Amino acid sequence: MTPDTTAAARIDVVNLTAFYHGQPAVADVDLVIEPRQVTALIGPSGSGKSTLLRCMNGLHLTVPDASLTGQVLLDDADIYAKGSNPVEIRQRVGMVFQRATPFPTMSVRDNVLAGLHLGRRLGRGPHDDVAEQALTKAGLWQEVKDRLKAPAASLSGGQQQRMCIARALAVEPEVLLMDEPCAHLDPISTLTIEDLIREIKETYTVVIVTHNMQQAARVADTTAFLTMSAVGEPGRLVEVGPTERIFSSPRRQTTEDYISGKIG
Amino acid sequence: MTPLPGSPTPRRRVRGRWHGTDTVFQYAVRAAAALVIVVLVATAVFLVQQAWPALRQYGILSYLLSDRWAPSEATATGRHPNPYGIAQFAYGTAVTSLIAMVLAVPVAVAVSLYLTEIAPRWLRRWLSGLVDLLAAIPSVVYGFWGIFALIPAVRPAGVWVSRTLGTAPVIGPLFAGPFFGVSYLVAGLVLAIMILPIITAICREVFATVPTEDKESALALGATRWEMVRMAVLPRSRSGIAGAAVLGLGRAVGETIAVTMVIGNNALSITTSLLGPGATMASVIANEFTESTEPFHLQSLMVVGAWLLVIALAVNTVGKLIVRRTREDIA
Repeated sequence: MTPDTTAAARIDVVNLTAFYHGQPAVADVDLVIEPRQVTALIGPSGSGKSTLLRCMNGLHLTVPDASLTGQVLLDDADIYAKGSNPVEIRQRVGMVFQRATPFPTMSVRDNVLAGLHLGRRLGRGPHDDVAEQALTKAGLWQEVKDRLKAPAASLSGGQQQRMCIARALAVEPEVLLMDEPCAHLDPISTLTIEDLIREIKETYTVVIVTHNMQQAARVADTTAFLTMSAVGEPGRLVEVGPTERIFSSPRRQTTEDYISGKIG
Repeated sequence: MTPLPGSPTPRRRVRGRWHGTDTVFQYAVRAAAALVIVVLVATAVFLVQQAWPALRQYGILSYLLSDRWAPSEATATGRHPNPYGIAQFAYGTAVTSLIAMVLAVPVAVAVSLYLTEIAPRWLRRWLSGLVDLLAAIPSVVYGFWGIFALIPAVRPAGVWVSRTLGTAPVIGPLFAGPFFGVSYLVAGLVLAIMILPIITAICREVFATVPTEDKESALALGATRWEMVRMAVLPRSRSGIAGAAVLGLGRAVGETIAVTMVIGNNALSITTSLLGPGATMASVIANEFTESTEPFHLQSLMVVGAWLLVIALAVNTVGKLIVRRTREDIA
């Protein structure tokens, strides 16, 4: 048992195939995401990493004409079972995107608290303590504590991304999904966010999609490699294992080719 | 020529260098652009010129200060009082446009949100086309429909309103009866339907420009569809909605024939009640210009036209200022 109040959840992806317009984008995936670990999804563009990630909180199905077969179990309960509430799932499984997405008309504080104001989970009010907690977890508190009322757009790109992480953490999710969170950041901001990921995995389950293999090697405990046999074919999970093993002695030839830079 | 070492680099202006290469094309497009300005200025000049005798007779302000339009009382020499008061037309234009805006903007925003955020893809194309078709219906057909379908349909409601709200304190006069059908209210209703397509079309485009990531990050926080719209879509779209509303207003202010058919054409004086018959600036011109036989009658209609032009230009200018300011707020 852990003294922490947040219960990091485990995710089981079972025989999952995700479609756009009836075309499979990623097929037949079986994958276990362990709690309190960072799992990296790597692979070439078009291998369905992001799609797979978006299936883990149901965001995939908000795209028109998207569908899926198979199961995603969040602590053994299928999030796509009849009667499961997508809004509740997305509260439990937070997400951070490639591009920082501050709500442009809101202040830094309102951005961080945005998720908590939904569905009146938290009444209106300053709630500076909650904002401070979330911003501290995201390593941003010291930088913005005097600028909580400033427009979110006035922060730098790296700060905005950490603010989005604070926003996702403020609702106290069990899992944090990150879709190439450093793709648009400079190396310094990238390292800051990687430090942050290592810290938050103590409390949360983290899944990160990345194009940057060094990043996967630096932050991930487990790495899953996806690829497709040809452009237009659905992506498939090739190999998954402890990050060190995947990078040092991959069992499949395609994994080795990708990691050594021969493909992708 | 090489500049001497140490001497400042000569600043040769190269502007205009590329202008000589396609003279014909340039003069053609310049002429087309100039034509727009010429038409606008010529229209204004024409109106003022035609209205001039009446303006000299009665003065500019006396038109706006009176709400009594009684051409039969006009004489060739009488200057005071001005028998051609037009305040009631300004009132009619304002009231009908306002009713139209109040009804059309929320519906247009809702329809656009449904089309961009909720409707399944196959229905989007269908329904969008249908909304656009509303704009293709000729104005005069709307007028016919207003008289023979809308008025009979709303008559019971109008009578009921006049019996209940009509006797209420303070707001009572606005809803006083009797209700015959032709009225500001019905004109506003018809206008609302007529400006719905343009507002919807613009709102739809505005909502479509909201980045998917913004919407998804709201959804990813556990927002419902409505909360996502409130957090991510509407704040980014305020200026766009304002712009759409102003364009709708521009249409409503100028719309003529449908309004003339359902407003009752009571030009004589102001009708306070929304359920009563009235006239707008556009409708009085359409209704009377063919039989304007009294002294200064036609010229006074030109005055109405000139003021209508001024108002239309003002609405557009103010609207654009609002749009620009809202845009700066967001950035």
